[in-house]
Amino acid sequence: MAEFVPHPELPPPASSVGVIGWLRRNLFAGWLNSLLTVAALYLVVTALPPLLNWAFFSADFVGESRDACDSGGACWVFVNARFSTFMYGFYPAAQAWRVDLIFGTLLLLMSPLFFKGFRYKLQLGGFILFVYPWIAFGLMHGGLLGLPVVETAKWGGLSLTLLLAAVGCIAALPLGVLLALGRRSTNMPVVQTMCVVFIEFWRGVPLITVLFMSSVMLPLFLPEGVSFDKLLRALIGITLFQSAYMAEVVRGGLQAIPKGQYEAADALGLGYWRKMGLIVLPQALKIVIPGIVNTFIALFKDTTLVIIVGLLEILGMVQNALNDPNWLGFSTEGYVFTAFVFWIFCFSMSRYSQWLERKLHTGHKR
Amino acid sequence: MKLKRISLLAVAVAGVVATGTATAGATFDAVKKKGFVQCGVSTGLPGFSVSDDKGNWKGIDVDACRAVAAALFGDASKVKYTPLNAKERFTALQSGEIDMLPRNTTWTYTRDTSLGLNFAGVNYYDGQGFLISKKLGVKSAKELSGAAICIQAGTTTELNLADYFRANKMEYTAITYDSSDETIKGFEAGRCDVLTSDQSQLYALRIKLQKPDDAVVLPEVISKEPLGPVVRQGDDEWFNLVRWSLFAQINAEELGVTSANVDEKAKSTDPNVQRLLGGEGVKGEFLGVGDKWAYNIIKQVGNYGEMFERNVGQGSPLKIERGLNALWNKGGIQYAPPIR
Repeated sequence: MAEFVPHPELPPPASSVGVIGWLRRNLFAGWLNSLLTVAALYLVVTALPPLLNWAFFSADFVGESRDACDSGGACWVFVNARFSTFMYGFYPAAQAWRVDLIFGTLLLLMSPLFFKGFRYKLQLGGFILFVYPWIAFGLMHGGLLGLPVVETAKWGGLSLTLLLAAVGCIAALPLGVLLALGRRSTNMPVVQTMCVVFIEFWRGVPLITVLFMSSVMLPLFLPEGVSFDKLLRALIGITLFQSAYMAEVVRGGLQAIPKGQYEAADALGLGYWRKMGLIVLPQALKIVIPGIVNTFIALFKDTTLVIIVGLLEILGMVQNALNDPNWLGFSTEGYVFTAFVFWIFCFSMSRYSQWLERKLHTGHKR
Repeated sequence: MKLKRISLLAVAVAGVVATGTATAGATFDAVKKKGFVQCGVSTGLPGFSVSDDKGNWKGIDVDACRAVAAALFGDASKVKYTPLNAKERFTALQSGEIDMLPRNTTWTYTRDTSLGLNFAGVNYYDGQGFLISKKLGVKSAKELSGAAICIQAGTTTELNLADYFRANKMEYTAITYDSSDETIKGFEAGRCDVLTSDQSQLYALRIKLQKPDDAVVLPEVISKEPLGPVVRQGDDEWFNLVRWSLFAQINAEELGVTSANVDEKAKSTDPNVQRLLGGEGVKGEFLGVGDKWAYNIIKQVGNYGEMFERNVGQGSPLKIERGLNALWNKGGIQYAPPIR
């Protein structure tokens, strides 16, 4: 009778390790799995080569006019020729360095925030949120220190998209927190009612209506000759709109904090603001980071709606360029480029939020 | 507000009657004081108002504002542009956000009478037309019975088309699309024999075809779409300036005065040319501007023909024929009262 002799020194069967093992486990684990793999492979093989061919191999990159585009693929010459208007809108070319400086400085200022050892994060963050926007506005608008004035009507392109999104985010978060706190303050019925009405009103109307009202109705109510900057109107509209959404996201976080935390803060003798600021909000905001970033990404994409009030952000500038008689018929290239730019920004925001979640993951795992 | 406007108007009328010269109105004074014309344009329309690679506005509508600035300030560059959506354009003008609106706007009875606005003239006679593949060999829209027609849904073009075919007792199959880009793709793919839209748009759509030369725009126009600059009611002097800036360009073309030969023509003895260019007889002060107002327009913006060819005609990729927009003595209907 043969005796069972274990052979621990033998390697596992070839079909369960290495490339083959990985393939079997992940791609061909069952008949359904295999079928899906084959179908996906077929799609990739049939769709990818023509796409790559269009976008890269038979595309035109250099040139001055549409005559340079004769290879049959994408005409990136169009994007190239129009690149500065996509970035700066109608901002005078000689002054474009101001826009570069603003966003370059912002990146530089933000970079220390990503390092663990940096000690003045709070001060720097405060500076970026509360002081830097004013400096940036001064630089962008000009009129100080001998810089020529560039009216807001000339702002456009990606710089306008970023401006709308940044102002929307920076202003909507604190407003949203206040509204959320207000909505949960059951002992102050007037404040609570006001917050509820505000939130429900702004959440109940589409952003496009808000923008349209601000641009079409508002001027009719103002006395003749008094004109309110168009960009400012759009910014106020976006901020109020977003703060209502933000308030509901933050309220979700506040409700997730166990009652014991509130009571513990009360027991420590903390007042309302210190209780909220030191105990409740830090935990609540941490929980709702995915929700907040979701709102920010939605806001970033919603900025394209300002075209309805004649502000030409990046998509508006692309659409304007598509109507240039010299560049008619390159809409695919224009929209692919815009989509790519949006993807870069939205994807970075999403990655940043995941990084932030991991970093702030100090409490118990939920 | 209305009372104030009426009284302003009364003052203006009284001034004209009393002294024979116009009295400046509110808009006119305001524009003169701030030193530039605030011009409402589209967010992008080929040949009419669109920005070039450098971000400068170009087009036939843009030139309407530049001509007014040239007449008023002697400098065509003193214009600021407000891109406007089709829906907000009239509000922007009514509320005073802009001074004039040359935004591809059709002059209709309702708009002229009920919005508190005035149309100062027609800088482009547009109309609905047909784009057709050359190989079909059709020469006239009257031969289109039974055709499949690509059309953008929900536009007045759809109604005009139905009216036209019913009036001519012809049959057609409509193939509707949501956007103009889809419409031209459908035409190119052979889903239909004919594409219909405003003629000025047809030429722009034609460029988007792989082989633009294989398609032609039929000569027939089945609707009237006179496009022109709009101003607020209640300031006749401003209205006059906008209107006569256009008339000066049309008169200049008729008299053969171009931006290239205007200096030479200024020395001519032709009394008509002399009156146009401020040499004798007619004074700019009637309009509230300098005597060289028309000279400045022609020198800096060009006459009507130059403006047309540069933006939408043979000098541009659109290559639109003059058609209705030719001068009255060249087979079109562009006609301006004489300057005398």
